[in-house]
Amino acid sequence: MNRRIAVAALIIAICGLNGCANKSPAAPMASVVPAASIAKTDAAPAFAPPSEKKIPDGPLGDVIRRGRDIFIDTPARAKAYVGNGLSCSNCHLDAGRLAKSAPLWGAYGMYPQYRKKTGEVNTFGERLQGCFLYSMNGKAPALDSAELVALETYAWWMSQGAPVGVKLAGAGYPKLADPALKIDYSRGQTVYEKNCALCHGSDGQGQQVAGRNVFPPLWGPQSFNWGAGMHQVGNAAGFIKANMPLSRGGTLNDRDAWDVAMFMDAHERPQDPRFTGNVADTRHKFHDTPDSLYGVSINGHLLGEPTAQKSAYR
Amino acid sequence: MISTARVIGMGMVAIVALLVMVQARASDADSIVHQGNGKGAPPCLACHGANGEGQAASGNPRLAGLDAAYLRKQLEDFTNSSRTSPVMQSTASALTADERNALAVYYSKLPIPSSSTVPPTDQDAGGELATRGHWSQQIPGCVQCHGPAGTGVGANFPPLAGQPAIYIEAQLKAWQHGTRHNDPLQLMQHLSASLSEQDIHDVASWFAAQSAVAKGATP
Repeated sequence: MNRRIAVAALIIAICGLNGCANKSPAAPMASVVPAASIAKTDAAPAFAPPSEKKIPDGPLGDVIRRGRDIFIDTPARAKAYVGNGLSCSNCHLDAGRLAKSAPLWGAYGMYPQYRKKTGEVNTFGERLQGCFLYSMNGKAPALDSAELVALETYAWWMSQGAPVGVKLAGAGYPKLADPALKIDYSRGQTVYEKNCALCHGSDGQGQQVAGRNVFPPLWGPQSFNWGAGMHQVGNAAGFIKANMPLSRGGTLNDRDAWDVAMFMDAHERPQDPRFTGNVADTRHKFHDTPDSLYGVSINGHLLGEPTAQKSAYR
Repeated sequence: MISTARVIGMGMVAIVALLVMVQARASDADSIVHQGNGKGAPPCLACHGANGEGQAASGNPRLAGLDAAYLRKQLEDFTNSSRTSPVMQSTASALTADERNALAVYYSKLPIPSSSTVPPTDQDAGGELATRGHWSQQIPGCVQCHGPAGTGVGANFPPLAGQPAIYIEAQLKAWQHGTRHNDPLQLMQHLSASLSEQDIHDVASWFAAQSAVAKGATP
């Protein structure tokens, strides 16, 4: 049994770190769209969310503001559902308003949507539940909970005037071109130490003041879990390239962004809540892509393996 | 047995010697703060206050309770001109490396003075820039790096809360003009380039009115 896992891990490791990593995570998605429709489609339309000053007074405005406040200070304002110290705005900058940082206005009009991750059509509320379960390593608030209603209302308000079902410019994180060279862990470490450790710490655990994150942990027990979108190297590379270091977005080259994203995502983090009891099986079911390092052995550490997780946290 | 006793004895001597040295260093710093070092460095308290609280009217910053590594770096940077100030460049250069270190440690251990002023809300222009930023210009909220209400984070992000407005304004302008360029990753040089005169005034006034003591507010 152990040997089987080891062999599987080895195959995955070779696949993950060598040739397969060159496949773009975006490739399968893009290939679904017929070439002709791409040619006909104009460039994605631009959209700018309304100023926060335009949030109306009254009960509707109160709920919009509550959603905004939960978004920027999630551990304090949605405490029961957050298992780590992260806030929504750690990955969705400027309170979910910023283009290329998975803005709320870029997502709201794209739901309901069929998601490969769940194998079903999900509403926007269900998508938000996923954020709590994976990125916040917490519990999903009920769809009619005050927290989820407030977040959804904030996203709706921000998206007023945006077309429904149209991919907008700046939605999601940018998809970088395939890495021209093999993604390199140790090169990523060098990039990390030079550009990221100042804020996130050389141990990746961020920096806290009065028990609160100022700079979020990038891995370890207080970070997002193995089911979160940011654990996928392509997502992380796109976010990092566009937005990191904070205020200096766009200054890393693509190679640096790929390598440092891989370095970050090659560290241990909380278990995928869908864990089947077996890492290879969980990888096969949920992470069967070179974009995920779950179940891959890095420097002799099998990522996601429960006993290895414990020792990595110590 | 004799050798064990001798080793223990030597150890004791070493510990006592170390304690004496630490004591000497602390009193060195204390004496420089109050009297200068007699080699060109004037007493620190003349400008930074008896308790390191700073002087708001002259724009001299608070040093009390700041991170020791940050303070040491600033003193070193005055000696290599990556940070400029006629008074501090000559003062820092008149100090030895050991004295600079002792002073950094000394001030880091002083209690943060409490503030009796009522801080302004986040709603004014300065508060908005400080807490939320101007993302259209790639400017995050200042508190995203300088901590809740600008109370400072670690060795690289000094407190802004309760610092004199004149001081904060002068530093932002020094980064704009390149006369201060000792910031890691050139973060402040780039940020400040996008700030208007009014932005600088507003944000400096907002931070000057904040309480210097961390209270776990929204980062």
